[in-house]
Amino acid sequence: MSAPKDYDDIPGTYVYDAERGRMGYPLNMFCMSLTKAENRANFKRDEDAYLGRFELTPEQHRCVRERDWLGMLKVGGNIYYTIKIAFCDGLTFQDVAGMMSGVSKETYAQMMLDGGRSPEGNRYKQPEKKTNG
Amino acid sequence: MARIVAGIACSHVPAIGAAMDRGTTDTPYWQPLFSGYAPAREWLAKLDPDVAVVVYNDHASAFSLEIIPTFLIGVADTFPIADEGFGPRPVPAVQGHPRLAWHLAESLILDEFDMTIANHMPVDHGLTVPLSITCGQPAAWPFRVIPLCVNVVQYPPPTGARCHKLGRAIKRAVENYQEDLRVVVYGTGGMSHQLQGERAGFINREFDTAFLDGMTRDPLALTRITHTEYMREAGSEGIEMVMWHVMRGALDDRVNEVYRHYHVPASNTAAAVMILENRSAA
Repeated sequence: MSAPKDYDDIPGTYVYDAERGRMGYPLNMFCMSLTKAENRANFKRDEDAYLGRFELTPEQHRCVRERDWLGMLKVGGNIYYTIKIAFCDGLTFQDVAGMMSGVSKETYAQMMLDGGRSPEGNRYKQPEKKTNG
Repeated sequence: MARIVAGIACSHVPAIGAAMDRGTTDTPYWQPLFSGYAPAREWLAKLDPDVAVVVYNDHASAFSLEIIPTFLIGVADTFPIADEGFGPRPVPAVQGHPRLAWHLAESLILDEFDMTIANHMPVDHGLTVPLSITCGQPAAWPFRVIPLCVNVVQYPPPTGARCHKLGRAIKRAVENYQEDLRVVVYGTGGMSHQLQGERAGFINREFDTAFLDGMTRDPLALTRITHTEYMREAGSEGIEMVMWHVMRGALDDRVNEVYRHYHVPASNTAAAVMILENRSAA
């Protein structure tokens, strides 16, 4: 187990570091396969069968099937890879960003139009969250 | 002799390319961003460079997690447009400059930058969106392009200081090339943005403004920004601003800021274009 990182206290952020890289490799390589039109069609036809070709953990499999975008990050998904599932579904980056931050598409879009999520209060995890990891 | 005449910093948000490809740049959402691109296009058309070294990152297009090159240079004649999951962008293929690219590869490696060399590589929005932003929609790109990829997808990317030094080495290599070529260097990506997690949508205008100012005033101070500081202050994907340091390092110590345009939002991102000219070239 590697030592705690100085970026661990950035809230709502899943840095794709060595640890997540090890965990997420099969999940992200599944996502990578979706850059081919033929694979996208096969995935759409039978998601479980297609996912079976990759060595996903049951939780990674669940996250993909349920389109749990935040969950995917927690089990090693890298956003540049997992977004390929969203593109396959006809979603945009902004749609997914809204879902990950737990607000409606409209609320998220308005936040961006208003200048984005403010740095104030969003640089460090709150002390009570820190103790929970 | 070849020389570097200018640097261009430019965000590479995919939605900006999509707006151009779909012809929606005049909508109320996009118009304020695109109106700021016109002066940059005019300046670049007038400058008419021979070659552009475009420093960008691949977004799981040419490379997956199988092989992750930290620094890579493309030496091909032609670079096809990548299919990023919804078909390739309808833009011209990118014409390389193999002779200069191989010269750069050799010079950089002997100068202790251990470049990966790519003979075949599709290029994604990281490279093509800055070309679209600064050249519009020509039938063929108006100059040759040498793609230079930096890993910013798998943590850790190279440090800002290392990127700046790579830029210095590119400058030395270009200046040793025995052909009259006028070269521009693009540093792409940024500015502040976060695409992932509950903190998605993070924007820090104050950080961005200081970074834009510092590119002219004190670029070396900016090279001391740590990765954690980028992620905390500019969003987790804002870390790709390290690529701007390659561009800045390739310029003279003293530069003039010719143009700047900054806008929020472009999809999830603060977008900027900034032009820096070597004072010696002015």
